[in-house]
Amino acid sequence: MFESKSGVLLVGGLGFFLFAFLSNAVVPALLYRDLPEATTTELVAKNAQVMYQFEELSNCYPEQFKKYFGEPTQENCAKALELGRQIYVNEGCWHCHSQFVRPVSREVDRWGPVARTEEYQNVLQRPVMFGTRRVGPDLSREGGRHASDWHAVHFYQPKLVSHGSTMPDYPWLFDGAPDRPNQRGLAIITYVQWLGSWLESYPYYEDYQPLEIERPEAPAEESAATPAEDSAATPAEEAT
Amino acid sequence: MTEAKPATTERLVDERLVLTYFIAALAYMTISMLAGMLMALQLVHWNPLRGLELLSPGRWRMVHTNAIAYGFLANAFLGALHWAIPRLTLRPVLDRRLSWFIFVAWQVVVLSTAAGIVLGPTLQANSPGLAALPFSLGAQGVEWGETPTWIDPLALAGLLLVAVNFMAPIIKTPGPLYVTLWYFMAAFVWTFLTYAMGNFLPQYSLAGTSAGAVSGLFIHDLVGLFVTPLGWGLMYYFVPILLKKPMWSHGLSLVGFWGLAFFYPLNGIHHFLYTPIPMFLQHGAIISTIAVEMVVTTVIINFFGTIWGSGRAIVTNLPIRWFYTGMIFYAITCAQCALQTTLTFQALIHFSDWVVGHAHLVMFGVFSMWLLGIMTYLFPRIWRTSWYSQNLCEWHYWLSAVGLAVMALDLTLVGVFQGYYWASLQPWEVSVDGSVPFWMVRVFAGLAMFAGQLCFFYNLWATWRLSRGVAATSSPRPSVATRAPAGT
Ligand code: HEC
Repeated sequence: MFESKSGVLLVGGLGFFLFAFLSNAVVPALLYRDLPEATTTELVAKNAQVMYQFEELSNCYPEQFKKYFGEPTQENCAKALELGRQIYVNEGCWHCHSQFVRPVSREVDRWGPVARTEEYQNVLQRPVMFGTRRVGPDLSREGGRHASDWHAVHFYQPKLVSHGSTMPDYPWLFDGAPDRPNQRGLAIITYVQWLGSWLESYPYYEDYQPLEIERPEAPAEESAATPAEDSAATPAEEAT
Repeated sequence: MTEAKPATTERLVDERLVLTYFIAALAYMTISMLAGMLMALQLVHWNPLRGLELLSPGRWRMVHTNAIAYGFLANAFLGALHWAIPRLTLRPVLDRRLSWFIFVAWQVVVLSTAAGIVLGPTLQANSPGLAALPFSLGAQGVEWGETPTWIDPLALAGLLLVAVNFMAPIIKTPGPLYVTLWYFMAAFVWTFLTYAMGNFLPQYSLAGTSAGAVSGLFIHDLVGLFVTPLGWGLMYYFVPILLKKPMWSHGLSLVGFWGLAFFYPLNGIHHFLYTPIPMFLQHGAIISTIAVEMVVTTVIINFFGTIWGSGRAIVTNLPIRWFYTGMIFYAITCAQCALQTTLTFQALIHFSDWVVGHAHLVMFGVFSMWLLGIMTYLFPRIWRTSWYSQNLCEWHYWLSAVGLAVMALDLTLVGVFQGYYWASLQPWEVSVDGSVPFWMVRVFAGLAMFAGQLCFFYNLWATWRLSRGVAATSSPRPSVATRAPAGT
């Protein structure tokens, strides 16, 4: 058997592969078969926080938002999330950022609660975005950690708000200026704000009440924040 | 293990196809290295081409890995298989036209993968027609399987044809088979199954944690069940031929093959330790990883047993030097594996550049080294001449080997630093700033490796010109053309 064709092909090639597949892939699939896989629409419907962020985007960049998404409805939010995830995959964000918090290396102190299976049972984790490398920080608790306009400037040119950042610039997510995110820009911001927004302790770092707060200022002023002001705000934000 | 008489093998082997595969492989190697360089420069703030959508480092990083796996390794393997299988079985492949068709089809797969990754997202964003497509033209979210979803079926069909084309002569060969053919046969089955599993399941039928388990299997099987068996199979073929003696121990060959076949596929989940994947599965993967390391050690012992007594070949015979250098890197990689798979090590080094160093050690230090060694042996042999410059061959070897060693050491070290930076809860930027000096070393190590390839290309071109001059006078076939004239 050990040197024969049928032995090599059937036992080594097929048999051992199937054995590994059964024990390593089918077993977890069976273990989690009772956890339903949520659709994007369901995710949005159950999650007020992400809707809040989406609405905030529409206040922040009214013109751009109107042009690319229209109204901040649940349906459009689901659309934005799907597009945002596609950009996250296509641009290779997942090769520099992970999406799971481990119970070791003091990651709970840095990012928040350890990752749980339930968090990943949805179509936006198909294929799952665990990631394998952290050049930048884990993003699974990113939502609400920064304001959307911080993200906009950051995506436009990370160095403007994070000195010494090695993250690439993504000016093609904008119509020429950091306060004019295009459809892809709005989508990726929505996606990043969604990450972790399903947790009760959202946002993990700041103690604010989502949704009940009406935005006090005129949105135009907010979005006109210059990069310089923004970077001045960052250290203070981090000190909290 | 005997090599058949040249008179027969010449008609068995389509030497032009072998050459063509090798040239294609080297072209992708160049692309891959340039793409890697772009990301390396980005990380040290030196990227001169910032902000250009089509040169996005994130996209090119995926081109980097895919061009090496499916461009360089796959093409170089196919070339070498077209050389080795007909000679081992004394039968031609199923059909020559099919071979050339596969060649063209595979280039279409690789080039459209690159085009999809780089251009896909841009096209889709700017054309409403393409945006309406129900799938993404760009990369797929599976590591090492970024091949866009729309290319996957074609790639899979290609793999099936490859298997059919090569299995034909193998199946017709009677009797117990030589080690090399065990590896090749199993690899044809495994590569096909692995590709199908990794590219379809996490995309279409599984989400979340269980998809993570499958992705882990895929990442691992791609190295372990596609690259590794083909690589070792070729070593079992070329090493005895070049050393002109049989393998040291047939028993160890058996242990090596069957150990790999059983334990390797069980390792996958070790790529996702500390995820929500059930802990007993993680432990299983860890234990079988350590088992694989033991198995692999027997293979290495077997090869060092073989060269025992002919050690000077490492100095005088360049292909043998490439092969054995690769094996030393392999031993290092595997020692690393056994450590880094443990939960203790994982806590520190997962997500860090340690892993990136490890990957380079395997993909370049081992398998690319072997294939470059095979090319160093075969190019002049097929062209019926000797290398234009032995010196350039030496430069190619030394720049590649030293460059890779520096890169791997550097990344392994910075990986440990990164692990400690993160655990110390300092702001993230501190870990980035602290890594930059190491990343700079990496840029220069990469440049050295690239310079090595340039030496090789120049040498190739000059040798080719030489061979065209020589062909007219039709010299007798040189023995091992790359062997230094003195000393052997
Ligand atoms: C070359 C690796 C790299 C790539 C690719 C990359 N990033 Fe980053 N990212 C970083 C680094 C390094 C930081 C930390 C410094 C900073 O804040 O810019 C970071 C920070 C971030 C942050 C801020 C995290 C925080 O809370 O401070 C977000 C959000 C982010 N990245 C999202 C993305 C998205 C979305 C993409 C893909 C479009 C992406 N990144 C691609 C390296 C990368």
